[in-house]
Amino acid sequence: MKYLSEYRNLEATKQYLDLIHKTATKTWNIMEICGGQTHGLVKNGIINLLPENVRMIHGPGCPVCVTPLNLIDKAVELLENGVIVCSFGDMVRVPGSKKSLLEAKANGGDLRILYSPLEAVNIAKQNPNKEVVFFAVGFETTAPANALSVLHAKKEEVKNYSILVSHVLVPPAMEGILGDEFCTIDAFLGAGHVCAIMGMKEYYPLVEKYKIPIVVTGFEPLDLVQGIYLAIQQLEKGEYKLENQYSRVVREEGNLEALKVIQSVFEVGDREWRGIGTIPDSGYVLKPAFRDYDAETKFGISSIATPENSECIAGQILKGIKKPHECPQFGKACNPSNPLGAPMVSSEGACAAYYHFSNHLN
Amino acid sequence: MNKKELGYDTINLGHGSGGLMTRELLDKIIFETFSNPYLDQKHDGSIIQIDGKMAISTDSFVVSPIFFKGGNIGDLAVNGTVNDVAMCGAQPEFLSLAFIVEEGLPIDDFVKIVETIKETADQSGVKIITGDTKVVERGKGDKIFINTTGFGKVHPKANISAKKINPGDKIIISGPIAQHGMAIMSQRDGLEFESSIESDTTNLNFLVGKLLDAFGDKIHLFRDPTRGGLASVLTEIAGDINLGINIIENQLPIDDQVAAACEMLGLDPLFVANEGIFVSIVDPTIESEMIELMQKDDKGQSAICIGEITKEHPNKVVMHSVIGGKRMVTPLLGEQLPRIC
Repeated sequence: MKYLSEYRNLEATKQYLDLIHKTATKTWNIMEICGGQTHGLVKNGIINLLPENVRMIHGPGCPVCVTPLNLIDKAVELLENGVIVCSFGDMVRVPGSKKSLLEAKANGGDLRILYSPLEAVNIAKQNPNKEVVFFAVGFETTAPANALSVLHAKKEEVKNYSILVSHVLVPPAMEGILGDEFCTIDAFLGAGHVCAIMGMKEYYPLVEKYKIPIVVTGFEPLDLVQGIYLAIQQLEKGEYKLENQYSRVVREEGNLEALKVIQSVFEVGDREWRGIGTIPDSGYVLKPAFRDYDAETKFGISSIATPENSECIAGQILKGIKKPHECPQFGKACNPSNPLGAPMVSSEGACAAYYHFSNHLN
Repeated sequence: MNKKELGYDTINLGHGSGGLMTRELLDKIIFETFSNPYLDQKHDGSIIQIDGKMAISTDSFVVSPIFFKGGNIGDLAVNGTVNDVAMCGAQPEFLSLAFIVEEGLPIDDFVKIVETIKETADQSGVKIITGDTKVVERGKGDKIFINTTGFGKVHPKANISAKKINPGDKIIISGPIAQHGMAIMSQRDGLEFESSIESDTTNLNFLVGKLLDAFGDKIHLFRDPTRGGLASVLTEIAGDINLGINIIENQLPIDDQVAAACEMLGLDPLFVANEGIFVSIVDPTIESEMIELMQKDDKGQSAICIGEITKEHPNKVVMHSVIGGKRMVTPLLGEQLPRIC
């Protein structure tokens, strides 16, 4: 496959791994922001090929993991009240306080697993007597398609469609992590796909304010080792700048069309992050002109509040303060069949990635 | 046979009543299609002669959609059970066939499935010798469910058992992975995408017979990685033997289009279902000869060694990644679901 096989090349990956081994003289903690990167590192066994002094810390960039529990409860509530709920696949197994969407489906709820929110608008058109809600979770990457679905619904006067929004933004989360008193992170691998939409400009102020290298990085093995090498090069030289390893996909200005769509439908607002709490200006909310498409308002479910499981240390995992296997519940009370928190259930969650791919290697 | 001859467009509750309509459906479709000396007795069951060791396997088929690229539920119902019997080292001879039909299924669809079953059974050399047809109310089923049970004589040279697996044994796979699951996925509601991926559903009993003729008890295990894919079968095997399994990622045969579809949907091909391939664990001395023999057969053209049994990491499957890293392969948990990013 073009643009994939080249980035899974053994020789090229080895060369960069050698360079990392030669270049890293001190201990460096590098956080990969995106869950897709965590998955790539663990699935390809890269973590075990890095020198001991290069420590990868897994960031909060798994949309499923940071979606607060009460949002899942809200989606379940809708499903149990006869609403057709459409969702991306990996949200449906995440446990709410009482049940997951999949369990609500087993009890008779009409749950549809989709790839595109535009498909949900079609479902709304085909079922004019039913309400249809798309569970719009994700980072900046899924925001354009979710926004577009609202624009389509408005244009085509589809009144039985709305979205349950839980959009979060990467830069405020990075700032939240850097501001934590226990933060030990020396450099970031920036989330490639988020930057493909948003561009690079939001990251320059972070680099300057916290004097920290950020390397926007892709997801294939060669991308990851190249990104790590570029970060280490900066750290060893005492530099801090924003670099773009993923230039085949990420442009400085981002995807202007997608940005236009996002900005026409969403505005920045406070968002709750699972395990972390509410971060000001850290997510998207629907603009007042689109409030009719806000499922929380439409169905009066915004008051549902659910406390997190106190045994789950997802917050510390998501901030990189602890590694999954350092959690006393890891692989015991908490496992993929019986997850205490979302990082164990999402395929991109750090806990699930550790459990599935590397627990025997530790 | 078509709906005109039967006088109905769809299957209805009367066809499962046990009365005249059932009789008519059986006579005009089932008995006419599958006619053989066992079935023609139209008795409650069939009497067969058993000499020596027999293998028996049963399976139910509930695939949706019932028609897909490369086959339909009828192909699966025969090949699935035929292959399960073959994996025991036996040559399947007889099949039972039971339908649970949801009322409203077009007769033409039913006939098409029955004809496919006949064709597939003939190709595998098995006879349908007993069966059942039930009809459930609309909404109580999903178009059609099929159960088949297969019976067959164990090959005289076969000694298939996980207990015979030794360190150093080679793991050979007969063909490319993840074809069936991705063919189904490409036609599922909400996920449809354009592709020419076809299900790999096929019978493997003759190839298995040929291999047993040639290598006998040097073949220690056969398994077909259907639901849950290759990862689930390998982890099950590793769990049963007090040994470990190493597999090499870049040896895994996979079609480019299937790999691309998995990439796009965020699915791991190791967990995606197959319906026409098998894994065998064999004595290392026969590795190359066996692969050569398999590659000469239509059903084993892409046969390749994908790994071996090791004393290290007992009960675990470790994948050696394309870039030289290692990771553990774990069994599939629940249904494999498409990812967001």
